[in-house]
Amino acid sequence: MSVALPVDAQQSSSLWGDAWWRLRRNRAALAGLIFLSVIVVVALLTPLLAPYAYEEQRLALGASGPSAAHWLGTDVLGRDMLTRIMYGGRVSLLVGFVATAVALLIGVLYGAVAGYVGGRVDAVMMRFVDILYALPFMIFIILLLVIFGQSMLLLFIAIGAVEWLTMARIVRGQVQNIRRQEFVEAAVSMGLGPWTIIRRHVIPNTLGPVIVYTTLTIPSVMLLEAFLSFLGLGVQPPQSSWGLLISYGVETMEEFPWLLVYPGLALTLTLFALNFLGDGLRDALDPQSASGRGGS
Amino acid sequence: MRFIASRLLQAIPVLLVVITATFFLVRAAPGGPFSADRAVSPQVIKALNERYQLDQSVWQQYAAYMTDLARGDFGPSYKYPGRSVNEMIFGGLPATAELGLYALLVAVGIGLCAGLLAGLRPNTGQDYVPMTIAMLGICMPAFLLGPLLVLVFGMRLEWLPISGWGDLPGDKVLPSLTLGAAYAAYIARLSRAGLLEVMSQDYIRTARAKGLAEWRIVSRHALRGALMPVIAFLGPAFAGLLAGSFVVETIFQIPGLGRFYVQAAFNRDYTMIMGTTIFFSVAIVLFNLLSDILATWLNPRLRLALRKGSGT
Repeated sequence: MSVALPVDAQQSSSLWGDAWWRLRRNRAALAGLIFLSVIVVVALLTPLLAPYAYEEQRLALGASGPSAAHWLGTDVLGRDMLTRIMYGGRVSLLVGFVATAVALLIGVLYGAVAGYVGGRVDAVMMRFVDILYALPFMIFIILLLVIFGQSMLLLFIAIGAVEWLTMARIVRGQVQNIRRQEFVEAAVSMGLGPWTIIRRHVIPNTLGPVIVYTTLTIPSVMLLEAFLSFLGLGVQPPQSSWGLLISYGVETMEEFPWLLVYPGLALTLTLFALNFLGDGLRDALDPQSASGRGGS
Repeated sequence: MRFIASRLLQAIPVLLVVITATFFLVRAAPGGPFSADRAVSPQVIKALNERYQLDQSVWQQYAAYMTDLARGDFGPSYKYPGRSVNEMIFGGLPATAELGLYALLVAVGIGLCAGLLAGLRPNTGQDYVPMTIAMLGICMPAFLLGPLLVLVFGMRLEWLPISGWGDLPGDKVLPSLTLGAAYAAYIARLSRAGLLEVMSQDYIRTARAKGLAEWRIVSRHALRGALMPVIAFLGPAFAGLLAGSFVVETIFQIPGLGRFYVQAAFNRDYTMIMGTTIFFSVAIVLFNLLSDILATWLNPRLRLALRKGSGT
């Protein structure tokens, strides 16, 4: 233990240091990272930063275009669009992060166990994933939401239940490689139990691809949420999300195009940033692109 | 052939799971199909329940449904008396199939061109411009792109009709573009990556060494490799196109299957939901199968492994 630890720490710090260095040179990814940080901070501090209260209406004002008082205009009920988009963003990001976390948790555990145990257990576990893969999940999510009503919890579970499959496959593939390496053998020979090895030695070494895939899962989850909200099956009023704001915007776009354009812009830019960051992280962390530096 | 047969066999349990899950999920729903609109006398409900066999046990209903299904009969619609689910599915199918086909053409046509353009001159303007547009296409969902296209080309410029399907000339352009755009973007990225990988292979170097013209190298040797990931992607893309058709058909008011499905979901039209879900599932599973088989057939390495009998 006392021998293994420093070596481990040194290796990982150089790997992450390297990755960070490469990420910083990728301007698109860095811009994405900065943009996302701003969005997340704004979402966290929305109650303090929002120029108006969420419920505040000015019916007399009605839908008005962008002005000094309302930077992004107001909607048909005279509600400030910037405030609505900020609060909607909280919900969209929350769904994106929480549902991804659900997928992450299930996928990593499942994939790590399947890959580490191997043999027949692995075959059965991955066969199950294959079968689930073939199911038309989008239709099932819609079915679930229609039948059991539209709740946020169900939305998290339903989306998380779809997205963990790919994560499990990626982690399993990684773990299969890691399992054969010396440090795992060393851990086994030191008498550590399989669960400890998975937790302490295997999972930390899959982090690179997992982080990359997580970054790319968040935008697809946010898209899914927006899609469901657009159909009226996702987030329900009085809560709001970017998808819901877009669907309201579509109804009145001929007279009040800004009600469609601004929430759309918020969603698109955020997804753009997430995807650029994900691509950048992949280039920075991908073992394939790093293989030139002698990782046998 | 053994490969195709084994894939077909694998598809059967998947379909059974889908059908059974759908059946019991729908049965578990609170609120029957007749509970919604207005107060109906108990006798009428009883009569309706008898007529649609809702008074029998769930297992009897399940058995009856499966028997009907085996004959290709999805049963009557609960919401529209006198019409069968089959009629409604096949009524909506032509528009949806046509829309899906055009969207696929848009996706493959534009996507491949952009991807090859970018992949042939990596890290130049010819690469960055289409790839940035492709990224935009991925980040802009159909339910945003569609309305924006309607707003610009339909309402402001008045170049194209904003709704309908086959009623006015040109009314199929915007829906097809809307549905296909995101997949064009994915295909562009996939074919670019595929081309880049192939171009670094030894046999391309050999072809170059032989002095073949660049366009011949690409069209004869590299294209097939670049197409592989695209073909593997077509299966999942088909499922996505179906889901996309819900939105696009709603936006453009196209009388297709996707719109029926969304309506049936809101109406709690049990048999219609089940029928369309099962229909979609079968279509998706079959399409996945097709793209799998096609990908295997096109990949010489996999084909060889199969011939030796070591593949699955």
